[in-house]
Amino acid sequence: MNTVLETDDMIAEKERFQAKPAAASLHEVTKRYSNGVVALDRVSLELQTGEIVALLGPNGAGKSTAVKLMMGLTSPTGGEVRVFRGDPRLAGNRMRTGVMLQVGRAPEMLRVREHIDIMRGYYPRPLSLAEVVRIAGLEGIEKRMFGQLSGGQKQRVLFALALAGDPDLIFLDEPTVGLDIEARRKLWAEIRSLRSRGKTVLLTTHYLEEADALADRIIVLSKGRVICAGTPAEVRAAANAKSDSGNQHDSRSALPNIKLLSFQTSLLREQIMNLAGVQKVEASDSSVTVTTSAPESTLRELLALDTELRGLDVRSPALEDAFLALTNKE
Amino acid sequence: MSTKALSLPYSYSRTNRIFSIFLRETRYEFVRAMRTKAFSLSVIGFPVMFYLLFGIMNRGQTVHGQMVAKYLVASYAAFGVVGSALFGIGVGLAGERSSGWLELKRASPMPPLAYLVAKCVSAVAFGLIIASILCLIGTTAAGVHLSALEYLGICGISVIGGVPFACMGLLLAMLLPANSAPGIVNLIYLPMSYCSGLWMPISLLPKWIQHAAPWLPTYHLSQLMLRVIGYAQPADAMRHVVALLGFAMLFLGAAWIAFARSEADA
Repeated sequence: MNTVLETDDMIAEKERFQAKPAAASLHEVTKRYSNGVVALDRVSLELQTGEIVALLGPNGAGKSTAVKLMMGLTSPTGGEVRVFRGDPRLAGNRMRTGVMLQVGRAPEMLRVREHIDIMRGYYPRPLSLAEVVRIAGLEGIEKRMFGQLSGGQKQRVLFALALAGDPDLIFLDEPTVGLDIEARRKLWAEIRSLRSRGKTVLLTTHYLEEADALADRIIVLSKGRVICAGTPAEVRAAANAKSDSGNQHDSRSALPNIKLLSFQTSLLREQIMNLAGVQKVEASDSSVTVTTSAPESTLRELLALDTELRGLDVRSPALEDAFLALTNKE
Repeated sequence: MSTKALSLPYSYSRTNRIFSIFLRETRYEFVRAMRTKAFSLSVIGFPVMFYLLFGIMNRGQTVHGQMVAKYLVASYAAFGVVGSALFGIGVGLAGERSSGWLELKRASPMPPLAYLVAKCVSAVAFGLIIASILCLIGTTAAGVHLSALEYLGICGISVIGGVPFACMGLLLAMLLPANSAPGIVNLIYLPMSYCSGLWMPISLLPKWIQHAAPWLPTYHLSQLMLRVIGYAQPADAMRHVVALLGFAMLFLGAAWIAFARSEADA
């Protein structure tokens, strides 16, 4: 049986679909290729105005198919794709969208400013060249040929092309690949400022840290289906609820506050398992890591039991773990 | 908030914008191709070099009453425009397709026709440059007499001839992987040109090749080119025009099918 996790978000999403027009949406979209591969199976998702959404999933999950459909590069076998209430396959309907794709080679014998000028010309109200250069951090290299740029500079030019037309919906495919820490942070800042200007951003990334840092919402795809959608915190919680063997938590109840406690103790594993809220205990040579849904209660009992407990560390579970848990269980 | 300069380079009128998109796309495609020395020097260089070798060497020679040097001006002009279309579009588009650049352009609001027209016009521009250089060398160094009308005629046929071979380039770009594209295009381009009488007067080729030539689009282009200088084989000009049109539609149709099929597979 397929167990699709419906968080609050997904249910509300379906209700919202009928109510308010979204920036982009897939409605019951199926994409079947001629060799029989079903890339997407009745997928519905929505991008609201002014939010950053991260699309995650293992390779072959259908992420790039979903994004290609929204970009108008391909047609759905079933269902409906809408971008600003129009069909993205028509060039005219793409005048409010910008795209950043992973490109092996862009024309190398055009200057940076020429690339930007060409892209700007497609849009009715583009940003000025100076503005695009500023946002993408391309000052000083406008006149350089694309082929002479470093990998990071090329990446920034591709980002500039996505923004050049001042679009309202931006697709970013692995935007920070090949960038150093400083450039990545700068790009994140620019992506956040896009949101503050009311733009919508759809991000696909393999850096879960990036999804965690930027996304208002995360949509996880696996084998052509949405297996989880929600804020990063909700996704983490949903993954932990799922990994809790046997218990089917009603996720519509209050969000469980999952924390990981690490410490050094003389207590036995069996004793720790019986404490309040404990879901999982992992013991290594040096320390014990406890996953708990009621960290305060667990801590109270723990400290009462073992007065010589040392090296306490309290942290949130990584999105990485949540993601792996979700996609492994499918 | 977009900051607006006083003089807006991008006008709001839709037809104006579309027109300037076509213009800009074409201009930059040509500029880019020119700057890519590997492409521009070889596409222009080969026909010119061949003429310098075979045309000037045969200065004053005639074959069946036709001046070889003058024949070769026309035939190498055809050779040049075919090469610029097959390499500019066939190899160029294949590369942009495989690198994902074409996908980026298609995801943008660019009208797809602008991209194709730009590549076609650029190929024709190169053809005109080649034709002009050949006419120049022919008249100055090879003792060829060309009237202004003949020169214009050669240019005109270069423009017309660019179209069916642009379609052929489109088909090749859809079929060939980027790595092997240059090699395979050469394997098609060179024998096809030779057998159509583009490298030497067709009357010098073996009879069986002369019989088979009308099956090649390059033959029809070269005949139209030769007609301008009065050296064509006796036949109705319309026959060649119709043949080129037919080839163009065949290539275009096959390219469309190949494109649709590539979209259906992941």
